[in-house]
Amino acid sequence: MHIYLPVAAVTMDGFVLLAIGGVAGLLSGMFGIGGGILLTPLLILYGVPPAVAVASSANQLVGASIPEAVAHWRRGQVDLAMALVMLVGGLAGSVFGVSVFAVLRSLGQDALVVELSYAALLALLGVTLLGESLRAGLRPGGPAPRLLHQHKWVHGLPLKLRFHRSKLYISLLAPLGLGFVAGSVSAVLGAGGGLIMVPAMIYLLGMPTSMVPGTALFQIVFVSAAVTVLQEVENGTVDLALAMILLVGGTIGAPLGKIIGSKLRGTPLRVALALLALAVAVELVAGMTVSPDGIYTIEALR
Amino acid sequence: MRLGMVHAGLLAALLFMASLWPGHAHADDQPLLVDLSNHELAISAGGAGASVVLFGSTDGPGDVVIVVRGPERGMVVRRRNRLAGLWVNTGQVAFTGVPSYYATFSSQKLDDIVPGPVQALHQIGLANLRLEPKLTSLTDDQVADYRTALIDAQRQRGLYDDAVGRIVFLGNKLFRAQIDFPATVPAGTYFIEVLLIRDGNVVTGQTTPLTIAQLGLGAKLGKFADERPLLYGLIAVLASAVAGLLAFMPFRGA
Repeated sequence: MHIYLPVAAVTMDGFVLLAIGGVAGLLSGMFGIGGGILLTPLLILYGVPPAVAVASSANQLVGASIPEAVAHWRRGQVDLAMALVMLVGGLAGSVFGVSVFAVLRSLGQDALVVELSYAALLALLGVTLLGESLRAGLRPGGPAPRLLHQHKWVHGLPLKLRFHRSKLYISLLAPLGLGFVAGSVSAVLGAGGGLIMVPAMIYLLGMPTSMVPGTALFQIVFVSAAVTVLQEVENGTVDLALAMILLVGGTIGAPLGKIIGSKLRGTPLRVALALLALAVAVELVAGMTVSPDGIYTIEALR
Repeated sequence: MRLGMVHAGLLAALLFMASLWPGHAHADDQPLLVDLSNHELAISAGGAGASVVLFGSTDGPGDVVIVVRGPERGMVVRRRNRLAGLWVNTGQVAFTGVPSYYATFSSQKLDDIVPGPVQALHQIGLANLRLEPKLTSLTDDQVADYRTALIDAQRQRGLYDDAVGRIVFLGNKLFRAQIDFPATVPAGTYFIEVLLIRDGNVVTGQTTPLTIAQLGLGAKLGKFADERPLLYGLIAVLASAVAGLLAFMPFRGA
């Protein structure tokens, strides 16, 4: 099934694109968050121009994140105050990230930065997950109990605010800064905001784990919406047709992932994801070492 | 007086129509007459492309050269080098006014019928295509490498062509040529310039426009995105949100 992608100006196999969307959905379904991290690299490996892969991933992430965000909202698992503060930082980060991307693009280095960043991010994810799985296998008592209140450097910052839902009294600057970093990363990479936000919200801000995914997803919906519009205006790289196909694939993958996630034990699932992340990271770098057909490439300017 | 002007206009129109009629006595007044099989071409993206047939007549023996140019745009050419084992872009040159399509057809080998300076003057042939590099710190020789790379890449995509002998003469005065466009050509106005050449000189020329449109929903979407990026971006977000809600909701226990 050949499909012409108007913005990428390439014809691709629709079934492969559906499968890529499906894999991303599967992961989101299994882990609740994080499908986006594999979406952009898989698209790049398949041959979608990196700039189009980044912007279109952000576009599909809007639709892919809304249902889970709504589900968490209904269960009262979104700290709205925290989410809004992070969102202000996230929107500023989106503007910053998209401008950075435009500069990289004009220098011809966008593909390099995106591919290397994903390789590093996926390698980090893979190693972390493998480490966790190994530790969990050695010590079956589960994770060490967390203290109710750990004092970290973040708590020394000024402009403190009370976040009732998260039972936190911390500086506004911490979630603001975290939102900014996540927004910038989402803008340059098209995804990956959640991967950075979730551990930072738990370990840096000290938020209760029940509040983290919902609050992060709330932020991701709006940040990826902002990134989509900004990328289109600045770089003209959003392919709506591609985003829609990926969403359809995700529709099939996500519920399947939920079922698999509830049936399988945590450790083998983690090991599988770790190996997949490492394989994609290796493939990305390997692709850059292969001698190209010609040393020159051409691209039309807008 | 008024009637006289109307008569004069009518007479001019009749004369013009008569001159278009091949074989008619008046055609001999025009050294070169050219027309296309159709002036509008619709190409479906991802399809097989399309073609037009150009036909024309001359007032006697001579050679014909056809130059086809697509809409101009900026193009950037990048050069990759191996750095620490990875292939990385290490240099780039942007060119302005690059035709998206460029083809030359000639009835005989170009160098045999037109001297080099005349070719350069009329930008006949890929070697004489003027491509303006944007400000760059590179030397002229280096820029020439990028220029060659651009032309080669466009040629590989079927967008640039130098073709000898693709003009078919029927007797001394009538000729026709088929011009093929791949599906990847952009929409816009193309200009087809036909030159009549005698004794190494361009005797006369005629330029005919050709409008190319891209068919299909995808092409429409791409055009809309180019023209209204903000609106397209907002619609993309809305479409994704609605699709997400519609597609995922039934699977969750609300």
